[in-house]
Amino acid sequence: MTTTDIQNEIIDNFSLFEGDMESTLFYLMDLGKKLPAMPDEHKTETYIVKGCQSKVWVFPTFIDGKVHFEADSNTEITKGLVYLLWSIWNAKTPEEILNSELFFIDKIGMSSMIGSQRSNGFANMIKQMKLYALAYKTKGA
Amino acid sequence: MLNNINNIRLQFPILHQEVNGKPLVYFDNAATTQKPKLVIDALQRYYELDNANIHRAAHTLAARSTEYFEATRKTIQQFINAKEEAECIFTKGVTESINLVAQTWGKANLKAGDEVLVTTMEHHSNIVPWQMICEEKGAILKVIPISNSGDLLMEEFDKLLTSKTKMVACVWVSNALGTINPVKEIIQKAHAVGAIVLLDGAQACSHLQVDVQALGCDFLTISSHKLYGPTGVGVLYGKRELLEAMPPYQGGGEMIKEVTFEKTTYNEIPYKFEAGTPNIGGVIAFKYALDFVNELGKENIAKHEDHLLKHFVDGVTQINLLNNHAITLVGQANNKVSVQSFTINNMHHFDVGMMLDAKGIAVRTGHHCTQPLMQRFNLEGTVRASFALYNTTAEVDVLLQALGSIVKFSNR
Ligand SMILES: Cc1ncc(COP(=O)(O)O)c(C=O)c1O
Repeated sequence: MTTTDIQNEIIDNFSLFEGDMESTLFYLMDLGKKLPAMPDEHKTETYIVKGCQSKVWVFPTFIDGKVHFEADSNTEITKGLVYLLWSIWNAKTPEEILNSELFFIDKIGMSSMIGSQRSNGFANMIKQMKLYALAYKTKGA
Repeated sequence: MLNNINNIRLQFPILHQEVNGKPLVYFDNAATTQKPKLVIDALQRYYELDNANIHRAAHTLAARSTEYFEATRKTIQQFINAKEEAECIFTKGVTESINLVAQTWGKANLKAGDEVLVTTMEHHSNIVPWQMICEEKGAILKVIPISNSGDLLMEEFDKLLTSKTKMVACVWVSNALGTINPVKEIIQKAHAVGAIVLLDGAQACSHLQVDVQALGCDFLTISSHKLYGPTGVGVLYGKRELLEAMPPYQGGGEMIKEVTFEKTTYNEIPYKFEAGTPNIGGVIAFKYALDFVNELGKENIAKHEDHLLKHFVDGVTQINLLNNHAITLVGQANNKVSVQSFTINNMHHFDVGMMLDAKGIAVRTGHHCTQPLMQRFNLEGTVRASFALYNTTAEVDVLLQALGSIVKFSNR
């Protein structure tokens, strides 16, 4: 699936809650559970995403031209958000990651939902994942 | 008790709104309280009708704003039963009040080897200013430990208190635990070894009767914004002889008697410590908050708030009976105000805070500016609900219901 297809699917799934915050948050926390376990030895200072209220780790690897992410968070709602990004970008080429626009965020009312402090953290996660993609693109080219 | 809570609520415009589609339930009162219409109107009136700098020009507006500004000083003097108005200095809050004492009294009186005592439950604003001055002077900061319930260990205090102790800086009511500390006993014991006592009254002054003469404290710090008044206004109460002996804090206008390039002589207290143009409108409006609290009566307010706290704790006990003790109350001192910290098994406090926000409920999550206290309990943070005079048992029920569903979800 393309990053666009995946985002459309996310938008569809969230639309079921018709803007009800509580069920949306419960759903996000359940999504977080789907994130593959991240080995503790990768949860180091180096791989912490800076500027998040919660702790978020993203550990990248580059295999056969694709970027693979391990990711985790110490809070469940954030972990759900991390899962969304992971589901869109894991095992994609650096170009796919760098060229994709994350239109799902506005469509699922993310910014009103997660408050400005967390939005900032979320923006930092996005930036960090794109920076890793850029690094592999530059190195891999 | 406060009868007619609905009338009281009508005086707080902010309460009547929806947040995330639900009626706002404001339980973050220990962070800051909401302001009654009287206070908001006074602020607006000041800027519309009276705005002028105080204690200076000879014109009518200046005279009027000076008069109103000083009227607040009179009111706060009575509110805490200080001997005289000059012992009440306006600051921008408790943080500034404590820094003022550390940087002036501390600078003049602390020497290498002297000891400053604080408690484990201090807010950062009653730790860091003392650390700074202790480091500068080679003095030593010592900490009075607490029990698991959140009570000060008084026998440890007795051991720590020696002739080396020069200052006991102690929170009267803990913002994270709600504990009311036995300050009268602390003051008597500290004075017996010749130490000075500063009470951080940030949380105490909205719940408890304050009588600085009966207590005998040397300094008391007060914050307007936790007392239904505007932000950016605080008070430092200090005994006259101490304030007079202290060097000035900041230099500038207002605090001087005479300035030449060779030498400056300083104004009398309280002006010596009020350099620059203060938050005049805020100070003037603060009086309306104090009058409002006086009119309702601290005892009535405390009874109402205690009732809300008991209702909440009973409700949590119920939830726990059905859910394997999923909620842990943090801070269960016998003598406490309407502040309750708690954690939920398998749930991060940030997640709980967001879940509650989704229901329109405002609580504080995190370390509450008391990281050493959190470390004492091996916690990264808690969820804190704090109840004020305008809250209702129906609102507490909304919180309990929300907690019930969060607990069920966390047990899935
Ligand atoms: C116990 C305690 N001390 C000090 C402060 C700081 O007060 P202010 O906001 O007036 O600087 C607070 C406020 O959070 C507090 O709760």
